[in-house]
Amino acid sequence: MGDRLLYKPGHTACAGCGQAIAARLVIEAAGPNTIIANNTGCLEVFTTRYPESAWDVPWIHSLFENCAAVASGIEAALKYLGKKDSINVIAQAGDGGTADIGLQALSGMLERGHDILYVCYDNEAYMNTGIQRSGLTPYDTNTTTSPAGSKSAGNIRPKKPMPEIALAHGIPYVATSSAGYLQDIQRKVKKALSIKGPKYMQIHVPCPLGWRHESNLTMDVARLAVETGLYPLIEYENGALIGKRQISPKPVEEYLKTQGRFKHLLNNPAELKKVQEIADNNIKKYGLKVESQASSS
Amino acid sequence: MFGPLIVKPQKSKGDNTGAWRIQSRPKFLQKDCIACRMCLLVCPEHCISGKEKNTYQTDYNYCKGCGLCARICPKKDIEMVEESSGDKQ
Repeated sequence: MGDRLLYKPGHTACAGCGQAIAARLVIEAAGPNTIIANNTGCLEVFTTRYPESAWDVPWIHSLFENCAAVASGIEAALKYLGKKDSINVIAQAGDGGTADIGLQALSGMLERGHDILYVCYDNEAYMNTGIQRSGLTPYDTNTTTSPAGSKSAGNIRPKKPMPEIALAHGIPYVATSSAGYLQDIQRKVKKALSIKGPKYMQIHVPCPLGWRHESNLTMDVARLAVETGLYPLIEYENGALIGKRQISPKPVEEYLKTQGRFKHLLNNPAELKKVQEIADNNIKKYGLKVESQASSS
Repeated sequence: MFGPLIVKPQKSKGDNTGAWRIQSRPKFLQKDCIACRMCLLVCPEHCISGKEKNTYQTDYNYCKGCGLCARICPKKDIEMVEESSGDKQ
């Protein structure tokens, strides 16, 4: 980090915003020679409230669905000018803009092989417009469009496997990260930018407003998601799993009880079991559990 | 209002979001600081600055009082104090 801040204070994120932390770490790891395309979402709204901007790098917003397409155009223009090698292009979006609205533009970008890092800030609902359910909202979450009540336990569908979808395009780098692991975000961004071709990164960012937790618990909540196995931190290079954060799994209740959006689950053992199953499947699938030898050392 | 709306970079500096603090503010005790920079890394506002041990300080013009820095400090060298306590800095 130099003295020049690429992401200035004075933006209008809520106190304790996980996305604000992650976005700053991403741009600082990428450095000043970066062009950002941003689609609509919390990040766009709180950093660039017209006529103000928190960014100190070129930054473009067009529409909700097409930040990947805009970034593709930027990359093609830089290539034509012969400047691509010295300039990074980052496309960034929220979870709705990635998994629902912007999926076709993202798929096109990955398929055409543009040299772009796509960063999805996954706060697990449309927070900007008032906590509506998105494709990346986890199972049994209470949101305004999937309310929990006597007949329902919240969101009825599991989280969309976006890292796997990106991976299926055969791209060179796919990673998930979390706002609870600050150095992990910076390491993965630096690594991604050293690789040529389309890269996809998904960062789990707690939202104190939408998840209903205290603003000073952002880090704790993000870490608990990883430690329970509900949000595995994985890293794929050229289709092979090269890195994962190993954990000594905690019961999912520890993560769920920190947040208001899961409060209805705590006296519902049947649903709790289903959520625990999702975590157990993740742990088994990626081999997240620490080996007994490693844990004793 | 037609065509691209172009804004000068860094213009958000004019927004003093410190007025958002309602309950408490972080107080940097500057006693046991080991300059691990975790408070600087975690601040969503990016308004904490400092280089050497015991020099870290926040800019109250922007600090929204979320309390993340006090929570993450491994030495408990940052504490949240009541906004109304009249305790400057």
